[in-house]
Amino acid sequence: MITLENLTKTFAGQKEPAVKDLSMEVPEGEIVVLVGPSGCGKTTTMRLVNRLIEPDSGKIYLEGEDVTSVDSDQLRRRIGYVIQQIGLFPHMTIGENIATVPHLVGWDNKKTSDRIDELLNMVGMDPADYRNRYPKELSGGQKQRIGVARAMAADPSVMLMDEPFGAIDPITRSKLQNEFLRLQEDIKKTIIFVTHDIDEAIKMGDRIAILRDYSTIAQYDKPENILLNPADDFVASFIGTGASLKRLNLAKLGDVELVDWPTAKLEAGADEARAVLDRSDKEWVLLLDEQRHPQRWVNGDHLAQGNGALEDSGVPATSTAIMDTTLSSALADMLTSENSTVIVIDSDGAYQGVADLPTITKATKAMRVEAHGGEGHDAIEEHGEDKEDASAGRLKDAEA
Amino acid sequence: MASLQEQAATLLEPAPGRGARAARALPHYLALPALVALVLAALYFYVNSQELDTIEARSISFPIIQQRTLEHIGITAASTIAVIIIAVPLGILLTRPRARFITPVLLAVANTGQATPSIGVLALIAIVWKIGFGPAVVGLVAYAVLPILRNTMVGLDGVDRSMIEAGRGMGMSKTKALTGIEIPLAVPVILAGIRTALVINVGTAALAWSIDGGGLGDIIQTGLSLNRDVVVITGAVLTSALALLIDWLGGIVEDVLRPKGL
Repeated sequence: MITLENLTKTFAGQKEPAVKDLSMEVPEGEIVVLVGPSGCGKTTTMRLVNRLIEPDSGKIYLEGEDVTSVDSDQLRRRIGYVIQQIGLFPHMTIGENIATVPHLVGWDNKKTSDRIDELLNMVGMDPADYRNRYPKELSGGQKQRIGVARAMAADPSVMLMDEPFGAIDPITRSKLQNEFLRLQEDIKKTIIFVTHDIDEAIKMGDRIAILRDYSTIAQYDKPENILLNPADDFVASFIGTGASLKRLNLAKLGDVELVDWPTAKLEAGADEARAVLDRSDKEWVLLLDEQRHPQRWVNGDHLAQGNGALEDSGVPATSTAIMDTTLSSALADMLTSENSTVIVIDSDGAYQGVADLPTITKATKAMRVEAHGGEGHDAIEEHGEDKEDASAGRLKDAEA
Repeated sequence: MASLQEQAATLLEPAPGRGARAARALPHYLALPALVALVLAALYFYVNSQELDTIEARSISFPIIQQRTLEHIGITAASTIAVIIIAVPLGILLTRPRARFITPVLLAVANTGQATPSIGVLALIAIVWKIGFGPAVVGLVAYAVLPILRNTMVGLDGVDRSMIEAGRGMGMSKTKALTGIEIPLAVPVILAGIRTALVINVGTAALAWSIDGGGLGDIIQTGLSLNRDVVVITGAVLTSALALLIDWLGGIVEDVLRPKGL
């Protein structure tokens, strides 16, 4: 857990503070994302936590311990640190890079070496292949993985990440984000994550702190609450248009009620398929094989033209998703599929149900109702009691 | 999909570079000594084909050439080592934030040293101090400080800030960040400065005769004052050959000392 208390920092020669009276609490094992426009002081805030920048006033607590005036080099060895430029040392091998903090804290060679292998395996890079390579031999995504592995080398309970996935292409970024979230489920680090990208914040954050000038908190809450109930115009404009689309990133197919679509056995033949179609109000029938794996979509026209062999009629049922798929990517798949649906399958590939456009619409409506009904208010009150949180005050003003 | 991409990435990655570079560099490393050997052989046959009078024979006898060459190497080595000892630590010091305010002053002084004609520096030393090997070395030092000082500073300033930030952020002390990151990364630029200083010194050492410091310049000077072309040519060719060889050696040292991975 990280607790910041009334942190203030004014840089020499500047009138305005970079960070003004900032207090916040980062709960154990959660990712808290600091997000805000350029120059709002989010990076400065992060660097105050490991005292790369010394605060003028205020206190920093790490797991309850006041670290405001302990030796700052020693302190930083306890805090994982990843920056956007990664900063791998080009004259050291991957292994030596990862060993940076273990060396600083005096681990023996055996322990360090084992840890290097463990971490390389953890980020999906074969130790035998990579530990003796130099950073220039790696791709951008691989460097980024090593940057994260290096920060975790001495197993810090707390990590600071400053736009760690910023400088890579969107496809690799999304892949690394997913990998990291999976990793975090196991390692449960307490993480402060800085980004200027609200979409990344929504995806990565257990909580999001939206910052405005002087690093003052405009709103600090769970992503879904921020999307549903922006505290004020600043937050609303920072989230931007399409908040409801962004919300689809937060819900998974497993959370919504799937449609029970008419299905028929592939082996049963065209007549059976037609019978199923006639009984239902849908225009398509999904054909399953013996193991209930989706095979093909057929509609009335296909069945009319068909010469009885169902294996070749209709269109292949390729648009599939699992329960963990977000509504957002399910929606993207629907828009490109022949009949605007995604087939939901389980881990064995067996049919579970179908999601279509009404599924999504229903889900968004439910979210809205929920937000304006119960949970939104709870969140506000919780904040109000918690402490003198600026965002809570503003939230209430907005409500009134 | 992912595995395909990764395979493609593996295929596109450069092969570990060391072996390839060494193989390509070998003929390159041998070219210069071969050329110098050719020139020296030509000089040898040329001198042998001339009928030398006693003055010429004495001026370019083997013991004299050997002595002057050793003197030349001695002056060059002593002055270069002295310059490294002075300029590298000074350069490191001047890039520390706390010393920034004196940087312009010291750079100006070093610039003045370089801008002054070398023979002038040597003459000045002879007038205000004395003559001989020691003063010659001092003169060369004054002259060669700048390239190493400047390259040390440029090299350290050129180190990517994100490396230092990452190092400090992981708990390296300032000293550790300097010795573990900044200096190793600045080594190629510092080495280039040292090589420049070396080349300047081996050239300027040819003027050491002017304050009785010896060196191959002495042979040229003898030839000029006695009006013996063959002596002048011998001195000049030997001076150039030595300069080329020392620069070549400097290049090899640079390649060997450059940190891997850069």
